[in-house]
Amino acid sequence: MNETSMRLNLRAIASIYRFEMARTWRTPLQSIVSPVLSTSLYFIVFGGAIGSRMQSIDGVPYGAFIVPGLIMLSLLTQSIANASFAIYFPKFTGTIYELLSAPVAWWEAVIAYVGAAASKSILLGLIILLTAGFFVPLRIEHPAMMLLFLVLTATTFSLFGFIIGIWADGFEKLQVIPLLIVTPLAFLGGSFYSIAMLPPFWQKVTLFNPVVYLISGFRWSFYGVADVGIGISLGMTLVFLVGCIAAIGWIFRTGYRLKN
Amino acid sequence: MPAPPIISVSNLSKTYATGFSALKAVDLEIRQGEIFALLGPNGAGKTTLISIICGLVTPSTGTVLADGHDIRDDYRAARSAIGLVPQELTTDAFETVWSTVSFSRGLFGKPKNPAYIEQVLKDLSLWDKKDTQIRRLSGGMKRRVLIAKALAHEPRILFLDEPTAGVDVELRQDMWQMVRRLKESGVTIILTTHYIEEAEEMADRIGVISKGEIILVEDKTELMRKLGKKQLTLQLQQPLAALPPALSDFGLKLSAAGDEIVYTYDTKAERTGITTLLQGLAEADIRFRDLSTSQSSLEDIFVSLVKERA
Repeated sequence: MNETSMRLNLRAIASIYRFEMARTWRTPLQSIVSPVLSTSLYFIVFGGAIGSRMQSIDGVPYGAFIVPGLIMLSLLTQSIANASFAIYFPKFTGTIYELLSAPVAWWEAVIAYVGAAASKSILLGLIILLTAGFFVPLRIEHPAMMLLFLVLTATTFSLFGFIIGIWADGFEKLQVIPLLIVTPLAFLGGSFYSIAMLPPFWQKVTLFNPVVYLISGFRWSFYGVADVGIGISLGMTLVFLVGCIAAIGWIFRTGYRLKN
Repeated sequence: MPAPPIISVSNLSKTYATGFSALKAVDLEIRQGEIFALLGPNGAGKTTLISIICGLVTPSTGTVLADGHDIRDDYRAARSAIGLVPQELTTDAFETVWSTVSFSRGLFGKPKNPAYIEQVLKDLSLWDKKDTQIRRLSGGMKRRVLIAKALAHEPRILFLDEPTAGVDVELRQDMWQMVRRLKESGVTIILTTHYIEEAEEMADRIGVISKGEIILVEDKTELMRKLGKKQLTLQLQQPLAALPPALSDFGLKLSAAGDEIVYTYDTKAERTGITTLLQGLAEADIRFRDLSTSQSSLEDIFVSLVKERA
């Protein structure tokens, strides 16, 4: 390839992607064992101990009902954690100098880092799904839609995590949004209940929580039941995705925090 | 016709968000194939200048052409030509030497070439460490890894920012040898340093930067010749109250105690005037016990230049 005519640095995207994925396999305890363990704990507590005394929701036994929510919960938090850490850590150690000095466009770096972060959390979602299969009978009515939601959500929240990683200038800031905003929204977004179970007022309030749409759509792909229409869920998911892409574009166009 | 400069910096300024003006309208041309040493005290703007050329820092004003390509409009081509060894030992920890160097090559869009990477690692005495995790290496070895990473994509221009800071003597010698080999293979090398002897030994040309301005760019030999004064010190047997008027043409300096005469002369001049001076001393019946000569080093030149500006 002629250097002066390089319009797309595919090798760089592949190199960053491989580097990031290799990081996962180096820490299997953190990447795989820990999510499998915590999912199992959720099933023992909510599915087994508490779920056995709960009625089924919309005709779905409680243990099975919480599976999509649990996967979403991990997908959201892990996508953000993966992507924010991936770009924050080189900033912290200084190894970012190499990326900045390389013939790599900002959007190529975004594709590589976000692609790797999303791949990891999709993989994780599937591992949790498999683990859940050991505890409750699973049924997936719309597998293609299930995968679509998985990919869209993982990508969107990896983009969001990437934004956090660029914005953060300390470990504190890296944690604050996932901890104080995303986790509460995920828990209150119907991971463990149908929003129909809430008093009418809180049902309305809940509709401002973006996670509701993700979980509802994802659950629909499993059991065909949803809190909000599937079209609305998919539409909102796409809106978040486009919103994150626009935000990243804006950040890089207007003097971003990687250079001074 | 001389080859066009491989790097051409014009009117380059950088003012940081804090208001600190790190570079002030710098113009600089680096010749193809040379070793250029950029000297300057801490905070003079050396690293800022390098960081802008390499794409780490956005300039406030001005343009830079690297290998004929604008570093902003045509950044892919410009950056492909450049390798950077940063000042700090910033490496990954858990990667092996081989994988981190291969990663660098991929990042710069070059196809895999294990034979080339092998050669780079061997040249830097890193071959037997290729499967070692970087965190297990000593500081000097990490420095070598950074150089290997910078060379992984076969750059035509290599920046070495303080390459021998905190490096032991053996590694410094190795590094100098490597720099010479690279120069022979046609790579242009720009190094910053505050070890003057390093610039004196290695560089073809020297630039001095102080307070964000390039205050001098000169061939090293020319610089040494121009500013390289030699001093002859004569220790007298009997102290003098004053210099005899017959010797007034020599610009001599008499020490406070009157027991030393210092004569400053230009080594490259047709006549140094030493013979005439000694004859004049003999005629005035001034006897001396001992004599010594000393030559100003690049360091003296550098210190006097920076002081002049201060």
